[in-house]
Amino acid sequence: MSVRARLSRRGFAAGLAALGFGGKALAQGFAELGADASGFAAVTPGRRFAFPADHGPHPDHRIEWWYLTANLSDTNGNAYGAQWTLFRQAMQPGPQRDGWANQQIWMGHAAVTRADTHRYSETFARGGVGQAGVDAEPFRAWIDSWQMRGLDPMSAATIAPLQINASGTDFGYALRLDATRPLVLEGDAGYSVKSERGQASYYYSQPFFTANGTLTIDGKSANVSGRAWMDREWSSQPLASDQTGWDWFALHFESGEKLMLYRLRQSRSQPYLTGNWIGANGQSIVLSANSIAMTPTATTEVAGRKLPTHWHIAVRDRNFTIETVPLNPASWMGTSFSYWEGPISFTGTHRGVGYLEMTGY
Amino acid sequence: MKQGLWILAVLLSHWRRHPTQLATLLVGLISATALWSGVQALNQQARTSYDRAAAVFGGTRVAMLVGRDSTFSQKLFVDLRRAGWPVSPVLEGRVRVGGRSLRLLGIEPVTFPAETGTIPSIRTSDLQTFIVPPGEALVAPETLSQVGAAEGATLRTDEGAMLPPLKVQAQLAPGVMVVDVGVAQRILHLPGQLSRLLIGQTRGTRAPLEAIAGDKLRYVAPDAETDLERLTDSFHLNLSAFGLLSFLVGLFIVNSAIGLAFEQRMPMLRTLRACGVSSRMLNGTLLAELMMVALVAGLIGLVCGYLIAAALLPDVASSLQGLYGARIPGELTLTPQWWAAGLAMSAVGTLAAAATSLLKAIRAPVLAMAQPYARQQTQQRWLGWQGLAALAMLVAAIAVLIVGNSLISGFAILAALLLGAALALPVLLGFVLRIGERSARGPLAMWFWADSREQLPGLSLALMALLLALAVNVGVGTMVESFSRTFATWLDGRLAADVYVNARDDAQARDIQTSLRARPEVTAILPSGRAEIEIGGWPVEVLGLADHATYRDRWPLLESAPHAWDDVRSGRAALVSEQLARRLNLRLGGRLDVSTPDGAWSLNIAAIYADYGNPKGQIVVNIDAFTSRFPNLPRTRFGLRVTPDKIAPLIDDMRKTFHLDESRLSDQSTLKAESTQIFNRTFTVTAALNTFTLGVAGVALLTSLLTLSNSRLPYLAPLWAIGLTRRQLAGIELLKTLSIAFFTALLALPLGLLVAWCLIAVVNVRAFGWRLPLHVFPLHLAELLGVAMLASLLAMLVPVARLIRMPPAALIKVFADER
Amino acid sequence: MRVPTASKVPLLDVRNLSKTYRSGQERIAVLRGACLRVEAGESVALTGESGSGKSTLLHLIAGLDQADGGSIRFDETEVTALADRGRAALRRNRLGLVFQQFNLIPSLTVADNLAFQARIAGRHDSRWQSDLVDRLGLGDLLKRYPEQLSGGQQQRVAIGRALAVRPPLLLADEPTGNLDEATADEVMDLARDLIRQTGCGFLMVTHSARIAATLDRQILLSAGLIA
Repeated sequence: MSVRARLSRRGFAAGLAALGFGGKALAQGFAELGADASGFAAVTPGRRFAFPADHGPHPDHRIEWWYLTANLSDTNGNAYGAQWTLFRQAMQPGPQRDGWANQQIWMGHAAVTRADTHRYSETFARGGVGQAGVDAEPFRAWIDSWQMRGLDPMSAATIAPLQINASGTDFGYALRLDATRPLVLEGDAGYSVKSERGQASYYYSQPFFTANGTLTIDGKSANVSGRAWMDREWSSQPLASDQTGWDWFALHFESGEKLMLYRLRQSRSQPYLTGNWIGANGQSIVLSANSIAMTPTATTEVAGRKLPTHWHIAVRDRNFTIETVPLNPASWMGTSFSYWEGPISFTGTHRGVGYLEMTGY
Repeated sequence: MKQGLWILAVLLSHWRRHPTQLATLLVGLISATALWSGVQALNQQARTSYDRAAAVFGGTRVAMLVGRDSTFSQKLFVDLRRAGWPVSPVLEGRVRVGGRSLRLLGIEPVTFPAETGTIPSIRTSDLQTFIVPPGEALVAPETLSQVGAAEGATLRTDEGAMLPPLKVQAQLAPGVMVVDVGVAQRILHLPGQLSRLLIGQTRGTRAPLEAIAGDKLRYVAPDAETDLERLTDSFHLNLSAFGLLSFLVGLFIVNSAIGLAFEQRMPMLRTLRACGVSSRMLNGTLLAELMMVALVAGLIGLVCGYLIAAALLPDVASSLQGLYGARIPGELTLTPQWWAAGLAMSAVGTLAAAATSLLKAIRAPVLAMAQPYARQQTQQRWLGWQGLAALAMLVAAIAVLIVGNSLISGFAILAALLLGAALALPVLLGFVLRIGERSARGPLAMWFWADSREQLPGLSLALMALLLALAVNVGVGTMVESFSRTFATWLDGRLAADVYVNARDDAQARDIQTSLRARPEVTAILPSGRAEIEIGGWPVEVLGLADHATYRDRWPLLESAPHAWDDVRSGRAALVSEQLARRLNLRLGGRLDVSTPDGAWSLNIAAIYADYGNPKGQIVVNIDAFTSRFPNLPRTRFGLRVTPDKIAPLIDDMRKTFHLDESRLSDQSTLKAESTQIFNRTFTVTAALNTFTLGVAGVALLTSLLTLSNSRLPYLAPLWAIGLTRRQLAGIELLKTLSIAFFTALLALPLGLLVAWCLIAVVNVRAFGWRLPLHVFPLHLAELLGVAMLASLLAMLVPVARLIRMPPAALIKVFADER
Repeated sequence: MRVPTASKVPLLDVRNLSKTYRSGQERIAVLRGACLRVEAGESVALTGESGSGKSTLLHLIAGLDQADGGSIRFDETEVTALADRGRAALRRNRLGLVFQQFNLIPSLTVADNLAFQARIAGRHDSRWQSDLVDRLGLGDLLKRYPEQLSGGQQQRVAIGRALAVRPPLLLADEPTGNLDEATADEVMDLARDLIRQTGCGFLMVTHSARIAATLDRQILLSAGLIA
């Protein structure tokens, strides 16, 4: 598998067409995320979400993901991060074909992070034969032996409780996720705009998970607990063609509030900034672009690239000013589509933990 | 630097004045490099194609899971993946396209383990195009031209199934078509079925295999399966050994040419030193000169090597395919490493051949010392050492024969034997000539013998080359002849039935048998079975044969216990192939444990039979016992005895009625012809290399004689002065050389038979596992003797003609020059 | 033997030179403390019977062989102290050597034979070279190979080669030994003229008293000692 492809998270989207086929992905950068989506279903405002159906796949859209990050700590107070991600990509629009002819390709990423180490693994699968997939009810998302499944009594409104597990050669984890607050529709009632030119995705989250379970690194297990955040997003053309990457934050405040915000870097103009302030009660408010300030304060060289691992973030109308510090500045996902993804903590007007994802570096 | 160039120019001026010497040197080096690198090119070509084959096979390099039956459900693949097994599915089958049979491989590129190497184009180009209908059919360039289609063409199989558009993939083995696993399932009409699972790098924990697949799948560790490379190793070692031999014979020429050149240039070297060239500078320049020659000759040699390899490739390819089923593409591809290795070999060879001369030149004092007897004394001492070395070599050969057990040790014996004999040659010849001298009457006869002995040192290298080439020729010739004689009778025994049938499935087999029973010309239907097992880590075929006179009368038993066939019929005994018996050290009356689905099967060894050319082991058991022990195997194979003149019409009928192609239905004579063809080619390359070697030895002899003839004048002039005519002198010279060559050739004959014995009883047994009876072919020996004499005569022609036409003045000058 | 003036440093000053050869068990003392001086521009003939050690003395001076004892001082250089490279450089740059066997390089033309010592010494001078060719009368022979020349012609080439580097000293070992009398005289005349013109010292081993008499000075070597 080529490691040259500088793609990422949500950006696996670039098309598994580029699976190991790095040359193309490299040449076009993120362009494929902004590639022509003709034939695939469009993303339009005003869609009504329905659960549990929307927990399942939307094969008419080109790309989709189930994305979970957890900030954990063991009984000794050591901090950990865990990531579980399943990506789906359709190679062709049109009705779903059975068996090997199915046009879906699936990619799984799993990682754990500790202050002194970061472990990750990836796997790929074709759709149609059962190696990977997502069922809405009973909820189950899986690729190979990694899975995320609903436990009884599973609530569609909270997508909880869930059991997730994944393992690589030198790490593994099994976590139970519980949540009592309902899902949060990001952006405009789940319609999340990604550029001034109208690129968008459907996007909802469950930021209120509590997590409990075990995490293993090099055969040593630890009992861990903490908070987790799930993002669900699907689209057919989420990025504009000049968008080169993003810096994406998901923050848990000690107060119980949450903040999701990101910056999409654009080669031809100023970055596109947006975010959602989620109250402890689950109420979410979209932040205006000009109220957000995101400034790197320090960079770390990881895998031969310079990454802004320390940030200053301010939201003017919320009286919010924080400095973020990564748990492990080397949280590099050296997967086929490589990116930085790791737990962070922050101090300032607010304190808490969260996850940072940086792509396109 | 400039000084060095001037010195080099002076050194090189010698070659301009002695072009024949240069030519000899170059011919020696070129032929040595050419033969060696040609063989290497062949080996490399074959190995590359094994890699290509392995890449798609996924065999041998990577662990895999195989089914008990030929295919299994794809659900097992999913279950294993979900249990943490990093497996990738493969479905394999055969398709016929335009009358040609291709191996169709369905792979799954997304899970395909990276360490299996290579389906490069899928990696670099568009995965999507490969997977998404219509997909792509990847083929080697050779396959594309075989089916006569252009890239991008969409073909149908002969059965009518639509293939994806063709795409060329240079790394693929010829005769293979790679498609997506889903496409393969459609084309082969095997929906949801897989042939095997390749196991990639483990990611995390995985459940035990049995917990998921029960006993439906079997784990095959990398390399445990028969591996083309391992199977063909001995074949390539064989080639390499002969390549090396040719290289050595070539070096004999180089050695004599360089020796002469240095000898002649000694005064020049002294003058250079006297005129102020330091010894370090001179030695450096001599070395540089040698390396230049090596480089130039090496390059030409490589080109010739390429041509030789290209000429021999079809034979090598067909014997490899015939013997091992390995497909070698017909076009040579050469790597930079090949060029580098060839040049290095040329350089090392040159250095080795020049070592003594170079040392002599380096040690030579600036001033020539007059030491008239020294040379002869050294010669005597040298001969003594050489005799001792020869003795040591022969002792070593015997020691290795007793101790060694590998193929390498087989070749070591051969090498020690040949080298020992070569070293012993001058001693032996000297002995013969001394006897001649002692029994000679009359001064001329006395002089004849004495002078022959005097001439010996100058000729000995060429004679050694001749001895080696002849001996190897005798050896290989005897082996090949023995082989073809044995093979013909053996094949008659092994292909006992008249017609061989392999039905598509059990039902068809029953149908065919039913219809055949109604035909009077079919005198017997002999069902047979075949299972692949492993004994002691070695792949073994179990053959189930009917108890029938067809086999009882003809099966090529080498040794057998009384009532062997009766014991086999009882199901308690087996016949064991020679390879297996040797490999496992089995003896008549011994026992052999065979693991079957039905449990262990302990068999008595009733007989050992010849199974030439089979890289696997084989045992023969009774068909009824076989079917009860291997109940799940298809019962599709059987042989027929048919009234001779009815065979052809019967086959035509069966083809029409049951749609059986030649892979499923064939007659004895066709099989026989094919087998004979394969085996005839097995040693073609060896024989061809042999001929080259003999040619090189001839050249060695010629050049040595040419060289010698120049220094002969001072010896001949006195005879001329006392009244012998030039013609008489020429006659004597000719007679002397021919008689020395004749003695050499005579010595080569027993040596050659020894070599043949070594090849048949040691090398072949270790390389292939079987031993041929040794036949001696006196006519063949006489023929070679003739060839040797002819070669010597041809080599003498030029010097003798020169002597006859030599102006008396040249002879007189000898006296004038004498100081 | 003439005693040189103390103030003048001789071109060549050989003192107490000894050399012993082994032949089987036998040791033969060829030189037993030989002394010899040659002034710049002086021509000296070294004569003596066969086996008197005159050739050995010449070879030791030329650095072709190593002395067992004594000193050879040539033009401010102690030859016996030089290693092989130093001795080679000495021969290449500051000595001319002529042998009885001519010692031409058979695979080079006359022209190349004449030039090659100068070339490897890096001081080839084409004007001096053509001057030499004219004086030695080799103009018509330049493209020939040594084997196509008579003995006298070959020796003339050898002298030309030796003088091509304009050495301060020319050493000759029986240069006329392989030539008939007339040819020998002719070659010697040419050599003497050239030597006189170049102002080069000349030390010649010869057994011919007649030839020796034509030089400035004669030294007789007897039983390894200067008589």
